[in-house]
Amino acid sequence: MTDVLDPGTELDPDPVPETTRADWSSDQEVRWCPGCGDYSILTAMQLLMPELGVRREKTVFISGIGCAARFPYYMNTYGVHTIHGRAPAVATGLAMARPDLDVWVIGGDGDMLSIGGNHLIHALRRNVNLNILLFNNQIYGLTKGQFSPTSQKGKVTKSSPVGLVSRPFNPISVALGAEATFVARTHDMDRRHMQEMFRRAYEHEGSSFVEVLQNCNVFNDGVFATITKKDVREDMLIDLQHGKPILFGSEKQFGVARRPEGVVIVEVAEVGIEYILVHDETIRNPSTAFSLSRLAKTPSTPTPVGVFRAIDSGEFSTSVAAQIREVQAQLGRGDLATLLRSQPTWEV
Amino acid sequence: MTDMVEAREAAEVDEAIIRFAGDSGDGMQLTGDRFTNASALFGNDLSTLPEYPAEIRAPAGTLAGVSAFQVHISNHDITTPGDAPDVLVAMNPAALRSDLHTLVPGGTLIVNRDTFDERNLAKAGYDHNPLDGDDLAGYSVIEVAMTSITKDACKDLGVKPRDADRSKNFFALGLLSWMYSRPVEPTMDWIDAKFAGKDLVIGANKAAFNAGHAYGETAELGAQRVIVHAAPLSPGTYTNINGNTALSWGLVAASQLSGLPLYLGSYPITPATDILHELSKHKAFGVTTFQAEDEIAAVGAAIGASYGGSLAVTTTSGPGLALKGEAIGLAVSLELPLVVVNIQRGGPSTGLPTKTEAADLMMAMYGRHGESPMPVVAARTPSDCFDIAIEASRIALTYNTPVLLLSDGYLANGSEPWLLPDVEDLEPISVSHATEFNQTNEDGDGVFWPYLRDENLVRPIALPGTPDLMHRIGGIEKEDGSGNVSYDPDNHELMVHLRDQRIASIPVPDLRIEGDEDADLLVVGWGSTWGAITGAVRRIRTSGRKVASVHLTHLYPLPANLGDVLRSFERVLVPELNLGQLVRILRAEYLVDAEPLSKMKGQPFTAGEIQHAIGERLAELEGGRS
Repeated sequence: MTDVLDPGTELDPDPVPETTRADWSSDQEVRWCPGCGDYSILTAMQLLMPELGVRREKTVFISGIGCAARFPYYMNTYGVHTIHGRAPAVATGLAMARPDLDVWVIGGDGDMLSIGGNHLIHALRRNVNLNILLFNNQIYGLTKGQFSPTSQKGKVTKSSPVGLVSRPFNPISVALGAEATFVARTHDMDRRHMQEMFRRAYEHEGSSFVEVLQNCNVFNDGVFATITKKDVREDMLIDLQHGKPILFGSEKQFGVARRPEGVVIVEVAEVGIEYILVHDETIRNPSTAFSLSRLAKTPSTPTPVGVFRAIDSGEFSTSVAAQIREVQAQLGRGDLATLLRSQPTWEV
Repeated sequence: MTDMVEAREAAEVDEAIIRFAGDSGDGMQLTGDRFTNASALFGNDLSTLPEYPAEIRAPAGTLAGVSAFQVHISNHDITTPGDAPDVLVAMNPAALRSDLHTLVPGGTLIVNRDTFDERNLAKAGYDHNPLDGDDLAGYSVIEVAMTSITKDACKDLGVKPRDADRSKNFFALGLLSWMYSRPVEPTMDWIDAKFAGKDLVIGANKAAFNAGHAYGETAELGAQRVIVHAAPLSPGTYTNINGNTALSWGLVAASQLSGLPLYLGSYPITPATDILHELSKHKAFGVTTFQAEDEIAAVGAAIGASYGGSLAVTTTSGPGLALKGEAIGLAVSLELPLVVVNIQRGGPSTGLPTKTEAADLMMAMYGRHGESPMPVVAARTPSDCFDIAIEASRIALTYNTPVLLLSDGYLANGSEPWLLPDVEDLEPISVSHATEFNQTNEDGDGVFWPYLRDENLVRPIALPGTPDLMHRIGGIEKEDGSGNVSYDPDNHELMVHLRDQRIASIPVPDLRIEGDEDADLLVVGWGSTWGAITGAVRRIRTSGRKVASVHLTHLYPLPANLGDVLRSFERVLVPELNLGQLVRILRAEYLVDAEPLSKMKGQPFTAGEIQHAIGERLAELEGGRS
């Protein structure tokens, strides 16, 4: 009989070594299409990791299936490329078994909002300590160009040759609907913004959800260009900053104001700066954040990026582990011989 | 037992089979359970068969709502809940109508006369009252006004008549306890503990029990009173155990033996849910239970926990196993330890959720896409579920593979006395994880290759958190050795063969032939048919005829001597609760003319059914010779 090990509890005696991007890059050839937005996301991550001051061996990337899901192969960390849609489930088990690890979940819009939608919303609902990055390119890339659950109505694809008849999911709205405790949006054209969002996701205790608007230059090229290209960004991206009035435009001439029907875009000069909504990512009620997520229905109107919501709430894995510790503190460690005699017994 | 009733009044019998049947709301499972526990503490050998509808409360009084519990008690070693009950307790007309056919001819029928009114008779589909006339002429009928006597007994306690009505199952229990000379004390103690703080309920249940007991004594039922003495079981400490509890405890034991924390990912499904309930109680053992959003998440989370270094388990029944197929294939490809427990039930689809069947063998063996081999083991009795859970965990952790453990609804809910093992005698499960490089790259640097196999073709596992051994694994085909993604044709063929050989070469104990090695007929069993086959073989041999049997605990890989054993008998009979799934495997693997014996009724085989089938074949064999 040996004592049951608790693999997550040993202490790190040594300081975290200094690392560079090279230390976080695996020896595998990156096999995304040339020009894919995934390259810039990978670069952002590999450059961010040395700054976070974490250990490679304590970092795990878990993915499902799709172009985005190849991500773990390129990070010199631990990693599992699982099956379609199930990455949040596998990652939940790992996070519960090993609270000492930083677990990142990578997937695309088909992976996490279609086949794996159930796992995503439940991981967010439970608030498992996972950093979930959803690379949204509004298309199925690896299967070569079918509409996805985020494709716009009317979209012509190989599986919707005369236009898509269903309406899309808004990933931020879905995450907020599940009352995710950390919800953010960024895009593949702005490395610094991506890194800031990934850092915030890493620092958040609980499930962090980051939608990364990502260009698929082969099957859906330029779908976000109307909002993410450098020359339109000032007018088309609404940069959410905690504690600051929500303003955008080259002269900060536009803003977001609250109306009875929800938040709307206004001209600051018309309503006055005092009517502009001051962004507060810490409001527990997700309604305002949800309303912000509804500002842009398609990538053709001004679209908020940044942190929509970041609240403290009980993290799942630590709560589960705490229950076990409490029971063990009350009853002591279980004894097998006693367990076998816990029902009525008799002697022969 | 001090309160063992005066045995001299009672006739001694070797065994008895009692069946309690009533409406789902009548508490028949509880009644049977209490009778069983009193018998266990008394020292009988026993075996039980709970049978209940899938609906929590089907319309009261209807045939669909009948819930029954059969218990077989004896003064000798028994292996089944019995062929036909000697006594049937029918709490209402529906129970009489649905279960009368089970009663042995001339058996004793005890009915609650109060329920045989026009309304209940109509609900049961009777156009007349079977208690009047000749319907029950072939039986010894005891009509008791259980409801009204119970209400009378509870009157002075301040219990409302409607509440007193709920205690009538304790009246039946009291009456049967008198008839079979059961000790009273364990039931009284149990009532006190179960309903602690509810004095009225305690009072009503005890009053009902005592009224039933007294009814037996005073109503001149002396002729029916019997005693089944204790069975000469091996010395030691016993407890009465059902399969799902034993399986849960076996998993806890495997965790202790391996030194790995136990992680269960599960989704509620009948008849597997009780394992989730049981393991959720054992946090003191460091057990983590996760009730997932669906079956796929349950197995997915277990795979994640296994990757993190836990002893990972997922529990389900047939429909859930179907959903888990792709993820189990991932565990096959990742070569991670995982125990997949399937408590089989009637199928296909929702099928018979609360009834037993063993028709998932093919799914266990082949229910994944691609060449996706994994070991399969099956439990034979409720208490064997403890050992089989340890065995499945041992194979999973030793060979880094998912293992399918098959049980079924009959074993899950049925119970038997279990001689408790000495925990010090349980063999530790050795687990080692990689901590060092195992290969050198072109630059002469140490690297970790996750698919560099040992002499048993088992790959090393480096847990996340292990410095320097960072590596990536996935469901895409991997290069032999390095584990890097590979689409190379020759490599894929090599990996398919390596996965196949690794599982096929897992050592499995040889079969032992029970019975007459020189018999002409061999009966081959797997899973829960063990009890009925063993009972049948004993009867045939007691009658002076020759027959042999073997039982397969390991269904993949199969024991190495199985082919020789099969070929050394003229005829091979394979009783299965399916249409012949093991038969197909035996015929395909060994080219033997094995013959199926099927039963698809949602119920286990009785020993009598198998005895009959053996007898027929022996007669044919003898006829062929003459």
